Amino acid sequence: MTAAEPAASRYEAVIGIEIHCQLKTVSKMFCGCSTEIDGAAPNSHCCPVCLGLPGVLPTINKKAVEFVIATGFAIEAKVATTTRWDRKNYFYPDLPKGYQISQYQLPLAAEGRLTFDTSDGPFTVCVRRAHLEEDTGRLIHAELDGRRVSLIDFNRSGMPLMEIVTEPDIRTAEQARRYAEELRLLMQTIGASDAEMENGQMRVEANVSIRPRGQEAFGTRVEVKNMNSMRAVERAIAFEIERQTVAVDAGEKIHMETRGWDEARQSTYHMRPKEEENDYRYFPEPDLPPLLTSPEWLAEIKARLPELPSARRRRYRDEQGLSAYDADVLVNDATAAALFEGAVAADPAVPPKLLANWVTGEYMRLAKGGEGSGAAAVDPAELAALVELVVDGSISGTNAKEVFAEHFATGRGVSSIVKARGFEQISDAGALGTAIDTVLAANPAAVADYRAGKAEVLGFLVGQVMKATRGQANAGMVQNALRERLDKAE
Amino acid sequence: MAELTRADVEHVAHLARLGLTEEELARLEGQLNHILDQYKVLATLDTAHIPPTAQTIELQNILREDAVQPSLAVDEALANAPERSGDHFVVPAILGGEGGA
Repeated sequence: MTAAEPAASRYEAVIGIEIHCQLKTVSKMFCGCSTEIDGAAPNSHCCPVCLGLPGVLPTINKKAVEFVIATGFAIEAKVATTTRWDRKNYFYPDLPKGYQISQYQLPLAAEGRLTFDTSDGPFTVCVRRAHLEEDTGRLIHAELDGRRVSLIDFNRSGMPLMEIVTEPDIRTAEQARRYAEELRLLMQTIGASDAEMENGQMRVEANVSIRPRGQEAFGTRVEVKNMNSMRAVERAIAFEIERQTVAVDAGEKIHMETRGWDEARQSTYHMRPKEEENDYRYFPEPDLPPLLTSPEWLAEIKARLPELPSARRRRYRDEQGLSAYDADVLVNDATAAALFEGAVAADPAVPPKLLANWVTGEYMRLAKGGEGSGAAAVDPAELAALVELVVDGSISGTNAKEVFAEHFATGRGVSSIVKARGFEQISDAGALGTAIDTVLAANPAAVADYRAGKAEVLGFLVGQVMKATRGQANAGMVQNALRERLDKAE
Repeated sequence: MAELTRADVEHVAHLARLGLTEEELARLEGQLNHILDQYKVLATLDTAHIPPTAQTIELQNILREDAVQPSLAVDEALANAPERSGDHFVVPAILGGEGGA
């Protein structure tokens, strides 16, 4: 080992990821308050239960439990037959009861795994556990009459959260981002969470440590949070690995702490020392009876699972002949995937590969353009009909794009647009013949050049015919007909 | 069972965000150790054949359907607030960052 050797090859990063997802229920975890809290007045979605008033009792939201069980099946985890809730005790004003109801010893799901693609090929992360808990209130630190105070909004208190914790299997910042992206896609696919990071429906925290390559013992870990996008997840972890590498190289000790990601500075900063696990003094929640999951209930939840992203990618590739890239683009965009599936179903005669090209190409380009109103108006059957017209040569590819753009914007039927714009391609030999004769008569010099052996003049003549027919001629037919006439007359 | 030291009491007080005087710490150290002494008596019982339980009533699987019930009006929710500002509860600022979650 020499000093000149790059640090990246001397140390290995060890990363575990904790993700909190807000579950897509209409009511909170342990009470009936509505979860529609976005933009609501502070403390307008609260009741004695989620305000932690004395004497109240929580009741478990069945749907939230089902979402965690469904997630457990989706990540091939062991789903608990007996589960229980525990109190995690700590004192902070965002937690009105002085404890958070969580799951400690008996989580709903354990020992799962998730496989996803990275630039280095497929990678599998083992998931240690997935459990249910309740969210906290929201604090705003402010100054009031010269005093430093915290303003509390308990609307978020008691919102259902699923916490998913991986084993420390991850070695690079890219793997961490890809894991979070794949989990987000999974949550959205099974409908457990909208999992949008920007509005806190999905919160990613990373435990990062480094160790000399070849050493088995873990280094001291640092928790990194406040990463508000997938890009931030990758950058924050990469920064933290580099920071620890430099510190260890300089002989400094890494402290167990929680660090936040500062997006503006693109660096992590110290937030607080990390409390030890036993400082939370977990104990069984006496207000909630244990939950036994019957085999029938579990089977019912499993049967309701939709096609998962990994299976869908495989089907698109293996059964419908899409490239791995197109399959992935579609799987990551639910609206595009629905359009593709609908078009395939509408006309099984059109090759799925061509439909996928239109969806990932023209459709997604227009959808990204921001004219959102048109997006829902694309009728899968109309798309299939349009591609069919291109395949059988009734309309040129260029004109088809214009037709699609108009359909996207107005929802008007494809055949009606084609007629209105006069885009029906002239494939009729008689009509083409007239146009070709006119062009040949008007360009005697070009005809003479061609016959003198300048074959490249043919392209010019094709262009003249296309111009004369306003692009409606079938270019292949024009070329053949021209060649036939020019060669024959010789 | 080990005795609670003064340092243990200070640590628990810190976790509970309680600022205690020397006198209070000394009194609580005595009281907490007294409670532990009573557990030592309980610990002499043979419980090898009794399964652990966190429940005193034999209930299980109490679930509710995911349905919205009315919340309190904002004024009702804030009725017991030590202080309010607009629609927020007001409490003294706590230094030292957030808790767990």
